[in-house]
Amino acid sequence: MSEIEFLNWVRGPGFQIAIIIFVAGVIIRLGEILVLGRKQNLAEAKGSEMSSGLRTIVTRSIPDKDTFKRSTFTVVSGYIFHIGLFVTIFLFAPHILMFKDIVGFGWPALPTAVVDAMAIVTIIALLAMLVHRMRDTVLKFLSTREDYLVWLVTTAPLITGYIAFHRIGMTAPTLLAIHILSVELLLIIFPFTKLMHTFTIFLSRWYGGAISGYRGVES
Amino acid sequence: MSASLDKGINALKGQIDSSVAAFFSSCTHCGMCAEACLFYTETGSPTATPISKTEPLRRIWKSEFTLMGRIGKLFGLNKKVDDEFLTQWETSVYDNCTLCGRCSMVCPVGNDIALMIRKTREGMAAAGHAPEGLIGATKRAVTIGSPMGVKLPALQAQIKHVENDTGLKIPVDVQGADYMLLLSSMEIMNFPEFIEATAKIFKHVGVSWTISSQAFEATNSGIQIGVSDIAAELVQRIVDAAEKLKVKTVISPECGHAYMALRWDGPNLIGKPFTFKVRHILEVLDYFREDGRLNITGKEEQRITYHDPCQISRRGGVIDQPRKLINMFSDNFVEMPDAGKMNWCCGAGGGVSSNERADEVRLKVFQRKKDQLDEVKPDAIISACSNCRIHLEDGLEEYNMDIPLMSLTETIAEHLEE
Repeated sequence: MSEIEFLNWVRGPGFQIAIIIFVAGVIIRLGEILVLGRKQNLAEAKGSEMSSGLRTIVTRSIPDKDTFKRSTFTVVSGYIFHIGLFVTIFLFAPHILMFKDIVGFGWPALPTAVVDAMAIVTIIALLAMLVHRMRDTVLKFLSTREDYLVWLVTTAPLITGYIAFHRIGMTAPTLLAIHILSVELLLIIFPFTKLMHTFTIFLSRWYGGAISGYRGVES
Repeated sequence: MSASLDKGINALKGQIDSSVAAFFSSCTHCGMCAEACLFYTETGSPTATPISKTEPLRRIWKSEFTLMGRIGKLFGLNKKVDDEFLTQWETSVYDNCTLCGRCSMVCPVGNDIALMIRKTREGMAAAGHAPEGLIGATKRAVTIGSPMGVKLPALQAQIKHVENDTGLKIPVDVQGADYMLLLSSMEIMNFPEFIEATAKIFKHVGVSWTISSQAFEATNSGIQIGVSDIAAELVQRIVDAAEKLKVKTVISPECGHAYMALRWDGPNLIGKPFTFKVRHILEVLDYFREDGRLNITGKEEQRITYHDPCQISRRGGVIDQPRKLINMFSDNFVEMPDAGKMNWCCGAGGGVSSNERADEVRLKVFQRKKDQLDEVKPDAIISACSNCRIHLEDGLEEYNMDIPLMSLTETIAEHLEE
């Protein structure tokens, strides 16, 4: 297989397979959660489940003062890499062109230099978090193979993307193919790991907020 | 209560609903819940990390309720839940957790971790992995009617004492009373002043009330140990008494979990809504205040702080009422850091105080409350839970601190206009 054939396969059938697994997987995972249902609360309500649940979806993004003080590293690095992932995935001009091909419309991009810098900052934040995970006693205790696998498949597209953009070491088509392949790996693994929190966070925050709000406690 | 591993696993399966599945799906192992838990902050032990306490429940969810888990199960790849594993987890689920719910307020993905641990206890208890102390308390609650073994004659004796001391009549089994007062065994045995105080306040306000001779115990060991059948039976006793006496409102006394058990879990445990209202004594007092029926005279001069009982504040929703009441008799009220819904647990709730095995750790983690108190240096602490009160007294003694404890209801009674 030539370099171009490889790229074409990765871009074509390879990408389609990954997207199918990703979409089907996410739907199955969300389905298997929602199908379980929840019993109706028979206690006399003191507040609204719906409004409290919706509010918590937003408010839980900001930690309280004591929590911020105690978990500064996790909160700050968490914010950096989440914003970094958003910027590099959705606000990078070549990515927007690709999305435009799929969904039919595009949106304004950030200057490439900004995205480039964000990529570096995000990679550094992720590396720092990996070191933190391997050294902190609580995180060491909690961590499973899945946590490291997820770290790897999240970080890999950033690194391969950075290398492809700067054309380091290999020819452009091969670098691009490797980058797309790393994204496909992420998409395939996504639904079956904690990466699902991207979607389920709306459910869990809603439930948590609803349980509190029903009792009249703002959470 | 015959227990077996099969029963435990079935009990865990029965606990999983869409909220639990969403919670487990969202956890990223960020570890922030550890920093919200006094059993971690004061011991530094990673096994006290709240989310890790739910591991038995997580394993069952994973292998029974997820696609990958079911595939893994076919090939025998899943982590097992067996007696050895549950024994290993017992300490963190029961001794190192008061179900205070602070972790639930901090989790960045919104998981109600305390609820998940409460659900994990259902499986632990059914599998025979609950602590001896809690099993004993629960058995006494079922057979005798009180976790401390307090029987009706003991209550009758205390009522007689109070009546002789005050000249007030303590109504028992009065049909159609507005309020039915419940008591905790702790109040009957250690703080009968509470009965006296409520009697004075009800007379002052002029409402009809009663104690039921059939169901006077407010506490619910079934909730703490994690056996819903027993918890439901204990709730049903109160429901039967309240319906028989046709009271409008049942009052939960100064006890944290008793309120949560009856107010929030009660109707769900017995499977139908109550025909009466459930209110915490502080809610009732605050209602009297708002209505202008609570006439207070004189002020407490000393610097007072308020310790939020977790199940009343964070898990109960009674947060503002005690503060409004305290302000009636104090111009020198100070809030400790993190007061209100984020206050720290005393360290002895959720069945920890009934579990002798946890005696050492509950006093160790009291350091968190000590640090909070050191910040505000109060002359007196007010709380609204007898269990908190006993443990605060224990902890203060352990750390050589001399701060008196006050009950909010009793202090109000002392300041009533004659």
